[in-house]
Amino acid sequence: MPAIVLSPSLAVITVCVYGFIAYTALLSFTGSKMFANFTFVGWRQYGRLFENPRWITAIENMAIFGCLYIIGATCLGLFIAILIDQRIRFEGVFRAVFLYPMALSFVVTGVIWQWLLNPGLGLEHMMRELGWDSFSFQWLIEPDRAIYTIVIAGVWQVTGFVMALLLAGLRGVDTEILRAARIDGAPIHKVYTRIIIPALRPAFLTVFVIEAHLAIKSYDLVVALTKGGPGVSTELPSTFMYSMTFTRNELAVGAASATVMLVTLASIIIPYLYSELRNEPAT
Amino acid sequence: MRLSFKITALTAALSASVSGHAFAAESVEVLHWWTSGGEAAAVGVLKDDLQKKGVSWQDMPVAGGGGEAATTTLKARVAAGNPPTAAQLLGMAVNEWSEQGLLGDLTSVAQKEGWDKVVPDQIKQFAVHDGKWQAVPVNIHRPNWLWINAKVFKDNGLEPPKTWDEFNAVAEKLKAKGITPLAHGGQPWQDTTIFDDVVLGLGGPEFYKKAIIELDETALGSDTMVKVFDQMRKIRGYVDPNFSGRDWNLATGMVLKGDAAMQLMGDWAKGEIVKAGMKPGVDILCVTAPGTEGSFLFNTDFLAMFPVGADKVDAQTKLASSVMSPEFQQAFNLVKGSIPARSDVPGDKFDACAQKSMADLKTAEKAGTLMGSLAHGHAEPASIQRAIFDVVTQHINSDMSSKDAVSALISSIQAAK
Repeated sequence: MPAIVLSPSLAVITVCVYGFIAYTALLSFTGSKMFANFTFVGWRQYGRLFENPRWITAIENMAIFGCLYIIGATCLGLFIAILIDQRIRFEGVFRAVFLYPMALSFVVTGVIWQWLLNPGLGLEHMMRELGWDSFSFQWLIEPDRAIYTIVIAGVWQVTGFVMALLLAGLRGVDTEILRAARIDGAPIHKVYTRIIIPALRPAFLTVFVIEAHLAIKSYDLVVALTKGGPGVSTELPSTFMYSMTFTRNELAVGAASATVMLVTLASIIIPYLYSELRNEPAT
Repeated sequence: MRLSFKITALTAALSASVSGHAFAAESVEVLHWWTSGGEAAAVGVLKDDLQKKGVSWQDMPVAGGGGEAATTTLKARVAAGNPPTAAQLLGMAVNEWSEQGLLGDLTSVAQKEGWDKVVPDQIKQFAVHDGKWQAVPVNIHRPNWLWINAKVFKDNGLEPPKTWDEFNAVAEKLKAKGITPLAHGGQPWQDTTIFDDVVLGLGGPEFYKKAIIELDETALGSDTMVKVFDQMRKIRGYVDPNFSGRDWNLATGMVLKGDAAMQLMGDWAKGEIVKAGMKPGVDILCVTAPGTEGSFLFNTDFLAMFPVGADKVDAQTKLASSVMSPEFQQAFNLVKGSIPARSDVPGDKFDACAQKSMADLKTAEKAGTLMGSLAHGHAEPASIQRAIFDVVTQHINSDMSSKDAVSALISSIQAAK
């Protein structure tokens, strides 16, 4: 019975997910331009990809954005979760306030931050109107700073969600152990660093996997916030892939970049998942 | 009212299902990105014209300036084996689709109506492939215009610049008075619109042809090209600091309000000028971009025709011949801000800027200086065009030296070939 119920969805996923992954990988070895064609050219498209300065920019930006986004959102989310965990009043209100950005789509987040960070409209303009004439915050329009504005907007969006996950984890820590630690006279910061945070390991894994895939696939945020600019300074692999495939008629190069993204993600996440799952006690 | 509408709809649906063949024969489906106010009104002109001939119009607008989204949709439709009757495409895109063997044939109606005689050769080369008409030109836009706020210039006793040196002098004077000399939006296609003007203005038409259209490496690596990037660097100093990612119409707004004195932009800016209740050629002057007098860069929207079943050929032919009729060309371009693609349409109803455009087009056609614009997809296929965009926009947004920019230009073009 379960086999009959599951088989249609299994078939759909096999074709529509794994089938198309295979198709994309196949395309990356062809000479496809505007439409798919199957003249195979070997690794040539990968060579062209890594010769493209724009792709190199995209990878560098991915490294900056990915690291800062994951570390920033995790640390900030943990910090807020610990504060909320102190049995404060109006906890529900605070939780909702912090979780709310997650309810917005990335496009909305991008547009909001585009206004806030635009020197002529947002923060800088407001500060100067208030009389602080020398105030300057022009990251959005400075080519070597713009990528950090995407980090700010991304962290703002996801922190509440990280907080919610970690808060659930914190509430799940065995109170007996905490009580025992307190009786032993352990100082509060040691209780956190030695007991509580290690106990959150599974929650951190979930947080990391969610953040990592959000970071790699982040596309709408960049498009709404900077459109990849100024120049090409906030290009990410996802925006690169889109522009190659759909606006430059370089289908094969786009497919090659998509394949590189998939392989990178898999090579980070698979070993991590594997080591985590192996340590889990069999049930 | 409601009820009668429902009944009409029902009858229509019934008759369609009963005699689906006859019903479908008289409708055309057109995919386009004319979605802004003025553009939609221009499409309305075509729609009404066809309705009079008994051809119903199935609109398929895909929003997004420049047509990126529309082209993506079009590719999906064609890949699925369901192309529309016609689709809006820019020059080089027509070539690319034609090379894939995906376009239909209009030669019989073209011969009957004598299109060959009225469409300039340089524009025809995008519409005709291997002797077959595969697309119809709707308009001619001119991207190499300099728009000037007349009041700002008069108040400061300035004359419209004719060369890039004069432009720099005027801009310095404006800057000294605290006026932003140039309104600009920092998007790759806008950066490249200026780049086109500078290449043509400093190098002249022969150089533009060699470097931009033929991609001749000695021209691309020449000292003139270094000077072009030097001038681009100067221009970067004449725009306000907040130009990144600004849409072109917002930049035009700055000129209209007098916040900035000039803008280098195509004649679609006229739509904004008219909408603001100002007069093109009087309140906002239109002069040819510095150094490009005598040359004409063009940007033409084509309706490319796809192969259709025998039952739809008649409607498609009617659509094509409507587009090519002088009446439609005049009515459409009066609304759109461009000029007709036929050279035999009278110009008396057009504004001063369009009349100058029409006169300049004739001169340029005779002198052989009517050339496709790179920024607007009439000089190179998308992959090379965008590779040049990358370099131009990267140069303007960084402190890259002109020499580095020239070598980046050459290597980037080679990588895209």
